[in-house]
Amino acid sequence: MKSIVIRGGEVVDPTGSRRADVLIEDGRVAAVTDDGSSLSADVTLDAGGCVVAPGLVDLHAHLRQPGKEEAETVETGARAAALGGFTCILAMPNTTPAIDSAGVAREVLELGRGTTCDVRTSASITVGRAGTQLTPMAELADLGVRFFTDDGSGVQDARLMRRALEYARGLGVTLAQHCEDEVLAAGGSMNEGAWSSRLGIPGQPPEAEEVMVMRDIALARMTGAPVHFQHLSTRRSVQLVAAAKAEGLSVTCEATPHHFTLTDERCAGYDPVFKVNPPLRTDDDVAAVRQGLAAGTVDCIATDHAPHAPETKELPFDQAPPGMLGLETALALALTHLDLPITEVVALLSWRPAAIIGADDAHGGPIVAGCPANLCVIDPSDTWTVDPAGLASRSRNTPYAGMTLTGRVRHTILAGEAVVVDAEAQR
Amino acid sequence: MSDHRHLLSIRDLSGGDIERLLTLTDSFVEVSRRRMPKVPALQGRTVTWLFYEDSTRTRLSFEQAAKRLSADTLSFSVSTSSVNKGESVRDTVETIEAMGVDAIVVRHRSSGVPHQIAQWVSGSVINAGDGWHEHPTQALLDCYTIREHLGGLDGRHIALVGDVNHSRVARSDVWAFTKLGATVTLVAPPTLLPPSTDGWPVRVSHDLDAVLPDVDAVYLLRMQRERMDEALLPSLREYTNRFGLTRRRVELMDDKAIVMHPGPMNRGVEIAADVADLPRSVVVDQVRNGVAVRMAVLFDLLGSGRDLDTEGTR
Repeated sequence: MKSIVIRGGEVVDPTGSRRADVLIEDGRVAAVTDDGSSLSADVTLDAGGCVVAPGLVDLHAHLRQPGKEEAETVETGARAAALGGFTCILAMPNTTPAIDSAGVAREVLELGRGTTCDVRTSASITVGRAGTQLTPMAELADLGVRFFTDDGSGVQDARLMRRALEYARGLGVTLAQHCEDEVLAAGGSMNEGAWSSRLGIPGQPPEAEEVMVMRDIALARMTGAPVHFQHLSTRRSVQLVAAAKAEGLSVTCEATPHHFTLTDERCAGYDPVFKVNPPLRTDDDVAAVRQGLAAGTVDCIATDHAPHAPETKELPFDQAPPGMLGLETALALALTHLDLPITEVVALLSWRPAAIIGADDAHGGPIVAGCPANLCVIDPSDTWTVDPAGLASRSRNTPYAGMTLTGRVRHTILAGEAVVVDAEAQR
Repeated sequence: MSDHRHLLSIRDLSGGDIERLLTLTDSFVEVSRRRMPKVPALQGRTVTWLFYEDSTRTRLSFEQAAKRLSADTLSFSVSTSSVNKGESVRDTVETIEAMGVDAIVVRHRSSGVPHQIAQWVSGSVINAGDGWHEHPTQALLDCYTIREHLGGLDGRHIALVGDVNHSRVARSDVWAFTKLGATVTLVAPPTLLPPSTDGWPVRVSHDLDAVLPDVDAVYLLRMQRERMDEALLPSLREYTNRFGLTRRRVELMDDKAIVMHPGPMNRGVEIAADVADLPRSVVVDQVRNGVAVRMAVLFDLLGSGRDLDTEGTR
């Protein structure tokens, strides 16, 4: 393996920031020096004007394999991730079949091996994500699964969720919830409010999310098990989690780039590319999610990368599947639209999510001699325009087409290999 | 509206656009009264229907309008077509357009489908009703009928009664009536109103009896039985008791106030059978005016530069 030196950057990690060069040998950081001259290697990567950070970690990626390979594969998703600066992504279990058994989990992990990202997998809480029977969580935990969710839908049965939390506590794994009361949300294709009323599109009220956040806070209190709330999208959801944290409960939560940048007004043209679940909300909700990220109530940014084949996004709005691409735009959206220092943005995208899913063994740690060389080099001033045709994902359903963003990943290093150099995937 | 290629929604139009279409309708009403009610205005133009949802009167009305304009018509029956074999809307409209059509008249159960189709074709798209969203030609014929009976809409007060939330007729009428200067009151139980009426130029009431003395027209929306399954109402009986237009309620109205309905009527539910047949009920006029209004819309979109009576005979 070729040695690499990353020269001229500002190293940012959980311990702070400093000017330093980073030498990488045999998959690990071999040296971090601030004299700027003494290191040499087979390959020199320029990091002038850039931030050298631990690789980003996405705990919410739909990789569509097995079952929907026309929309994405683990390999194409991993390439999109690398271009977005991610060195670790967590596959969501709503594949076909669902990731609900050791066999399917092994298949996904196997597909991830040798790709341009460290692909880990979640597993579903219930068999087939059908909400009635627990998956073999202990067997899955033995395979390394640390994070369970029925994402795509929430566990509707409160008693089952209670039992799942109690059982998970015994295994030391975390349960995550896609909060959506299906009865209250039934038939809704966008946020219920002024825009849905005007457009004549059936809406789902914010309360469909909030009642499940409330319920699971109560269950976290009851069971003592940790609960992670996925893609929170409303002001009151953020407030509920803030109150639960103040109470000392073991809860964490994430927010997506689309929920801190876009509102339901985008649905006005009936383009299903803006259909997502939870739906795009109001300006007030966007402001609350941003405040939550700034205040630390929201622990991390998650992409909810959800590829869909083009023909499915040309269905009528109410019939099209929900979801948006996210891996290749998340960092740039955070840098462009969140009024936060870059250190904080990197925290939200790297070591905080890494800790939640137990990926901090290899990702998000301090950049010091001996640590695994999972890094990304970010040029915070590079301005670029999102072109769907230029994305590495197999799908094209980005809601940001034509949008100009500031901040871009220049290089990504995975286990000592430069998988992205000068914003180009190397394989 | 001359710069519009499509008719997708009333909300896109200005009051002036609507007035112009109503004035154009006058000339087609005149054509309709002729012994030979047909003009060559759209000779050589082809109009096709793409109805993904059952419709009798709207489809027949468009067909009659196109024929009276001498347009060629292509009939497309969704139930016997490749749509039933899973063909997408996009593939279907691109296939139809390849055969050479100038306008596609679309009805679909999903809101926004005409907007999507308009992105994919080069011809004109006319919305004949999309989901809960809009039904623009219904609103135009409603305006025309009100103008015919009340002399105009400016300063008039119109009550839209019933299932507003699930009604594309209401979502077009609200904008058409108010753009022409009328006051609109939505009258319904809260469960049948849109979740939000922010930005809607309307008043809202839950008490029909209190509103009726003050209106120039009462417009009854069709009450669909499936709403009973969604916990929106306890029963049709209770709905009729509070919101049905009965003879007793008609007595509350001004002598000259008219009764409207987009059809098909549920007699005995939103409208009592004997009320439907009163002279003040203008339901049949609405249907009759529908043909002339749709002639005006087709001519406006497809007849650019053509003379109403002589084109095609040269």
